[in-house]
Amino acid sequence: MQLDLLVEQFKKKDPSAFEKLHGMYADNICGVINTIVKNDGIAQEICQDVFIKIWNNSESYNSSKGRFFTWILNIARNAAIDEIRSRSYKNEKKNLSADYFVGILQNKEDEDSVVDTKGLRNLVKNLKEKCVQIIELLYFRGYTQKDAAEELAIPIGTVKTRNRSCISQLRENMESK
Amino acid sequence: MNVQKYIASGILELYIAGILSEKENLEIANYAKEYPEIQKEIEAIEASILALSKKASPGLKYSFTSIMDRINNEVKVISMTTKRGTPISTYVGWAASILLAIGMFWMYQQNQELKSDIQVVEQQNDTLEQQIADSDSSLENTKNLLNTLRDKNISVIPLGGQDVSPTSYAKAYWNKENKKVFIDAKGLPEPPAGFVYQVWSLKLSPLTPTSMGLLENFEMDENKIFALNNPNESEAFGITLEPAGGSKSPNLEQLYTLGVVSAS
Repeated sequence: MQLDLLVEQFKKKDPSAFEKLHGMYADNICGVINTIVKNDGIAQEICQDVFIKIWNNSESYNSSKGRFFTWILNIARNAAIDEIRSRSYKNEKKNLSADYFVGILQNKEDEDSVVDTKGLRNLVKNLKEKCVQIIELLYFRGYTQKDAAEELAIPIGTVKTRNRSCISQLRENMESK
Repeated sequence: MNVQKYIASGILELYIAGILSEKENLEIANYAKEYPEIQKEIEAIEASILALSKKASPGLKYSFTSIMDRINNEVKVISMTTKRGTPISTYVGWAASILLAIGMFWMYQQNQELKSDIQVVEQQNDTLEQQIADSDSSLENTKNLLNTLRDKNISVIPLGGQDVSPTSYAKAYWNKENKKVFIDAKGLPEPPAGFVYQVWSLKLSPLTPTSMGLLENFEMDENKIFALNNPNESEAFGITLEPAGGSKSPNLEQLYTLGVVSAS
């Protein structure tokens, strides 16, 4: 229950608790943002903005509404989606739903990106495309079950079960690593 | 509740994605406290998403300190903007104080007006009280006069108009006891400027006039009743018009009224 304690301290605006939480989640949050904006520099920038937002709204988090990570995940993907819907991304908007996070693998391979493409590839190596898609939509885009079902052209009841089996596959990959 | 079935439903995966309703979130949070297996499963699902997202991280090229610096700067900026900004509350505040000032000024004006109204009313009140007092004293005088005229010792002598002014008349109320005569001169015209009525006590044989006095301030006197001393054994009374200040002997050509005391 170390996490609960940290979160409580953080809600009381304790900077050292905030620093620990940042240490625990910063890479994940920046990673989530990167799956959406697909640009290291911009992802870094938004990531900092997101943590400032998290600090400023710390009182609004309530553990009865979900996991702390889920809360900051939601803030992060909203910030990233806002980003690509504005500014220079307008022209590439059409790619928003088509280009999944594994796109990072193709985009970044030739560049100086520090993204752990090898690790990422290992993690998703045997995931079917439909798994990559559903994980992308539900976790990194925040799609509702209904929206995801429409996007993937599957029955809404299938979303929950397919996602469950895809996450199970992901968990197996983690353990076998 | 069947925990395994619940876990297998895939709802906990959606819980981590944060796409469930508030009701479902609350329900799962409670189950997690109640069933350690559910708590464990939630943490395992979260760990997989943490692992996946971490692999996509571009690495942290900033320090945590820079975030705190920005937070502290933003606090300053916010506090400055609250000073300069918050225009609505500022305007509302100013508007409220201006309204208050106008209100106070209006109240002050009202107060002053009321005060001057009160002064006017007080003056009117004084005037009215004075009038009442005057009326009272006038009534008192009239009563005294009436009592005087009703005195049993009074003899009433009507004085008829003479050649120079046939329509004139007067009355003499003579109290022989205290030697006073009250002349009711209401029937006499106002004397011309520079002249005055003079009352004479007359003995008839031989005709001997004795001045009893002047009807001074004739036009000013309201009830035209004049009290004169009369120590004489009068047989008649006459009123003549004389030059201002009166005469030693009457000008009989200007005899306005004359009346003889009856024998009784």
